[in-house]
Amino acid sequence: MTALVIAEHDNHSLKPSTLHTIAAALQCDPQVHVLVAGSDCAAVAQAAAQAAGVARVLCADAPQLAAGLAETTAAQVVALAPAYSHILAPATAFGKNLAPRVAALLDVAQISDIIHVLSPDTFDRPIYAGNAIATVQSIDAVKVITVRTTGFDAVAASGGSAPVEAVAAVPDAGLSTLVGREATKNERPELTSAKIVVSGGRGLGSKENFEAVMTPLADKLGAALGASRAAVDAGYAPNDWQVGQTGKIVAPQLYVAVGISGAIQHLAGMKDSKVIVAINKDEEAPIFGVADYGLVADLFTAVPEMVKQL
Amino acid sequence: MKVLVAVKRVVDYNVKIRVKSDGSGIDTAGVKMSMNPFDEIAVEEAVRLKEAGAASDIVAVSCGVAACQETLRTAMAIGADRGVLVETDAELQPLAVAKLLAAVAKKEGVDLVILGKQAIDDDSNQTGQMLAALLGWSQATFASRLQIDGAQATVTREVDGGLETIAVKLPAVITTDLRLNEPRYVTLPNIMKAKKKPLDTLKPEDLGVDVTPRLKTLKVVEPPKRGAGVKVPDVATLISRLKTEAKVI
Repeated sequence: MTALVIAEHDNHSLKPSTLHTIAAALQCDPQVHVLVAGSDCAAVAQAAAQAAGVARVLCADAPQLAAGLAETTAAQVVALAPAYSHILAPATAFGKNLAPRVAALLDVAQISDIIHVLSPDTFDRPIYAGNAIATVQSIDAVKVITVRTTGFDAVAASGGSAPVEAVAAVPDAGLSTLVGREATKNERPELTSAKIVVSGGRGLGSKENFEAVMTPLADKLGAALGASRAAVDAGYAPNDWQVGQTGKIVAPQLYVAVGISGAIQHLAGMKDSKVIVAINKDEEAPIFGVADYGLVADLFTAVPEMVKQL
Repeated sequence: MKVLVAVKRVVDYNVKIRVKSDGSGIDTAGVKMSMNPFDEIAVEEAVRLKEAGAASDIVAVSCGVAACQETLRTAMAIGADRGVLVETDAELQPLAVAKLLAAVAKKEGVDLVILGKQAIDDDSNQTGQMLAALLGWSQATFASRLQIDGAQATVTREVDGGLETIAVKLPAVITTDLRLNEPRYVTLPNIMKAKKKPLDTLKPEDLGVDVTPRLKTLKVVEPPKRGAGVKVPDVATLISRLKTEAKVI
């Protein structure tokens, strides 16, 4: 049949997570459409139309879709759902908030966080903080899926030339409104797509130390900044820097864990990184069990030293 | 306002799970079970609402095997007033659980349902959203702050770029994120009191729900193992090996 990808965007540009989701969709069905639901979002629809492998873009453009709130957006997807065998969204806060609501409205199961497509009805997904991989087969007619973006290489952002079709926007569900957003200021690469991630843990001791020690390292390496749950809970870093089972999942070329002990829940978020470096003064820290290169040292000496020598 | 809190009995978060070698699943025999950590946060939030006078009655509900009673007693020890066990030995997946919870929510006549955002065993992160859809209610997921203002709730959510604050009409479904609150320690007097609180048992059939799973698990395996790593003696060696051996910088 046909797969529908729900685009993630900010009404101005398409988020890279959408390109990874399109890649997964193409493995489910060669015919892939993209839904752009938003407000004044023509530029996003154009960008989606240029993504490689996309056959058609549906654009629902209306003020009630501006904030991407689940109740109205889910209703929009459900209005279009009958034409599709697969409905996919990225396994980001946006997609995870939306997809289950869509699935329940269609009375079908939802398959979360897939990392492989084995066949149009069979998928691999991590469970138990990624300590096990389950292969699941859906018996429903429509598969509603969220895609772990680190599991699929993004399709090219250009090369496609799909037609853009305007579709009628559903009315406002009238159940929720956006009050405001507090975006963490970030001139660094995005955490989930960066080639290099440097992450700080509780070992840093304070917000000031976190900034003083980690920032120069991230700058030198052109890296994104991440943090362990302990560091975020203690206020050393903002919540959207948290890497782990219930935070961001990353799989960069290089992950440098500084002052992070390596709890199961943290490993869940980074153990698919290509190369892992751990710097910790406790040689028994579990992080050394996954690190390719482990440096048992005081991070307050080692990291500045690293910055100097890089 | 009556509040329903859903709690799940899961493998304790500290346990290093073992994948059965025949690929049939996880070995849970004799393994420590606990309330899902996000659900503890949900119960705590409900109790705080009651202590603040915003909630009158807290009902805790759990779906699954008879031993889920222990999880309900823990919820009541934290401060829930009553427990409801929907007892079944069948495999329960999020859609079925959402249907059971929807039936219980309607039966109990609640205005707010609070759940953990995800269970740490299957990591689905679906039940709250599905429940909201089935009830036709608003949803506020990954909540790090909850304020009830009359007929609406103002919820700050942890999202990918930072924080987002939304206002949702009541009745609503809220799912909790890590930093919503820090659950209180359960005291022995409260554990004793909880033993006397009412706990009703229902079956899925009593609620008219078909819990047949929609996803068949074909196999469960360990993820590919990483190769063993090495310890390096100093920063210079680390940088050199990252450059020439790993070639990542």
